[in-house]
Amino acid sequence: MSAQKLDLSLYGVLIAAGILVPLLAPAFTSQMAILWLMVLMAVTWDMTGGQMGYNSLGNIAFFGIGMYASAVVQIGIVYDVAEYTAAFGAIKVDFTVEQYWTGLLLGIGFGGVVATVFALIIGPFMLGLRGPYFAIGTLGLAVAVAELVSGWSYVGGGSGISMPVFPGEAASGSQVFYVLLFVLAILAHVVIRAIYKTRFGLAINAIRDDEDKAEAMGIHTTRYKVTAWMVPAFFMGMAGAVFGNMSGFIEPLEVAFPTATFGIFMVAMALLGGKGTVWGPVLGAILFHIVKEVTWTHLLGWQWVALGAIIIINIVYFQQGILGWAQDRWPSLFGVTVDEKTTRTGQAEAAK
Amino acid sequence: MFDNISILFQAPIFAVDLLVQGLLIGGIFVLAAYGLALVWGVMNVKNLAQGDMVILGGYVAYQCTLWGIHPILALPIAFVVLFVLGWGVYAAIIRRVVDRDMFTSLLATFGLSLLIQQALNLRFGPEVKIAEAGFGTFDIGELSIPAIRFVGLGLAAVLAICIVLFMRNSRMGQAIRATSQDPRAARVLGINTDQVYAFTYALNAAICGAAGVLVAMIWNIQPFYGLVHSIRAFIIVTAAGLGNLPGVIVAGFGLGVWENYSGFIFGAEFAVAAVVGLLVVVLMVRLFQMYRLRQVVR
Repeated sequence: MSAQKLDLSLYGVLIAAGILVPLLAPAFTSQMAILWLMVLMAVTWDMTGGQMGYNSLGNIAFFGIGMYASAVVQIGIVYDVAEYTAAFGAIKVDFTVEQYWTGLLLGIGFGGVVATVFALIIGPFMLGLRGPYFAIGTLGLAVAVAELVSGWSYVGGGSGISMPVFPGEAASGSQVFYVLLFVLAILAHVVIRAIYKTRFGLAINAIRDDEDKAEAMGIHTTRYKVTAWMVPAFFMGMAGAVFGNMSGFIEPLEVAFPTATFGIFMVAMALLGGKGTVWGPVLGAILFHIVKEVTWTHLLGWQWVALGAIIIINIVYFQQGILGWAQDRWPSLFGVTVDEKTTRTGQAEAAK
Repeated sequence: MFDNISILFQAPIFAVDLLVQGLLIGGIFVLAAYGLALVWGVMNVKNLAQGDMVILGGYVAYQCTLWGIHPILALPIAFVVLFVLGWGVYAAIIRRVVDRDMFTSLLATFGLSLLIQQALNLRFGPEVKIAEAGFGTFDIGELSIPAIRFVGLGLAAVLAICIVLFMRNSRMGQAIRATSQDPRAARVLGINTDQVYAFTYALNAAICGAAGVLVAMIWNIQPFYGLVHSIRAFIIVTAAGLGNLPGVIVAGFGLGVWENYSGFIFGAEFAVAAVVGLLVVVLMVRLFQMYRLRQVVR
């Protein structure tokens, strides 16, 4: 089976699972929605982390920025935002069905755009940092944005914003958000996979392998790096907007900028599945989510300690991840051609 | 914000108070930052669990006060406990990441940081805790400063001097410095670098633990405060540069002063943001310095 066909059939499996599971087992709809969110996070993180070698610990900032941008737009089109947040949820605004939908769609688009613009502004500065400085800098950025938002009274500060209530039954609301996250996750994967096949994909791989050499070859590295960071920002911003509406209430530290949960989950998932592979993050996200959902409640509070242990074990003992290991083992399955002359076994045979 | 600045000018005593308090806090930041610089310089490991080790040391002191031991006596206890723990962490994790790329050590210690903070949260709960040392306040003119802050700064200074003397004069200190200069040559000359690394990491953990005891005495501790302490250590080391002890001291005191002033001027809700924002600023300044360097080379 060629790599192309394999990819198509994997999309088929994913889409079938995405449609069938909520139909056959409606109880799992919200868990599946979180799964798609995690797939999206892992896949978009891998674009800079795996393919470009810039390991961001702060991509969660785009998620929260998108969430807040959409909240401001959705409330702002019918009511004054400052007054609404100052009342701490005491003001109940009745959104008509039409207002709700235009607000939601505008908010999602706006969330994506604001996060992308943020990446465009901050990118040239952050992406000038190399290696561990980039990781620490982005972590600091995510924490700083979260703290700034929780001190900003216009968006409710630390006490957060209640989002518009979905018009209609709660069950159909969760289905709507499920479909949105599902479509976003698949779309993100399709777009990012298509990007990897272009010259742009080759350029960011060159930056990962040796940035100075890539620059010497005439690749305008900063421009490529910033663009490559804007794609995850766009998808994370839209996902944040949807997730904010799904949770119904947003506040800075736990929902919008959860550095210690989603922020680190996305790195752990991409590493587990194999960073720098097309399907690794997806596999990692699915495995991680299943293991988390099945074992979490049995660990009686020790789950977060276990999470730290999982990350340590993963990074120290099994860094290449599942698909990374498989790719080393069977390169032809992944469409990777190995030049036998450059491998150790090939050189040994040539020496004979 | 501007109201607060004008208060500073109308009542200079406030400004002096903030300055003194900042300097007294800064001494503790220097300790943790020195430990980070040590590990970073010698074994090239970026220890993101630095702040969590500080907080862990703080909880050792807290536990000691529960057992009726005075927190100052908890200082050597925390030093020894964290030393042993650091050695264990080295043997289990750090040994395997020393010669890998730097992101590996960063992420592995981030996992360690999560592990420590969550374990502390389970054991002690998320409330803010203080290890009560029971000193009064100390009055100079109109200023009234808790005496424990002076005691804390004094203890930090004694500890720092001991460590510096140890690094200069002892056999192990010499081995550590030799290894940081050239690990391969050190190995050739018969230094067991693995043991040196283990000792360095354990010493760093012990310094953090001692700093944590001071933090618990003169400030407060909470399981999730560790990340900010790590970020402080990174700010100081990045601003000062590796192997620059006077720079670390100046940057540490400067950070303490900055934190107190910014907390007053921007308001307490922006205190953490001011620290973390400073990290981004320091990284940016370093970056532009590097750009200039690259232009010169070109």
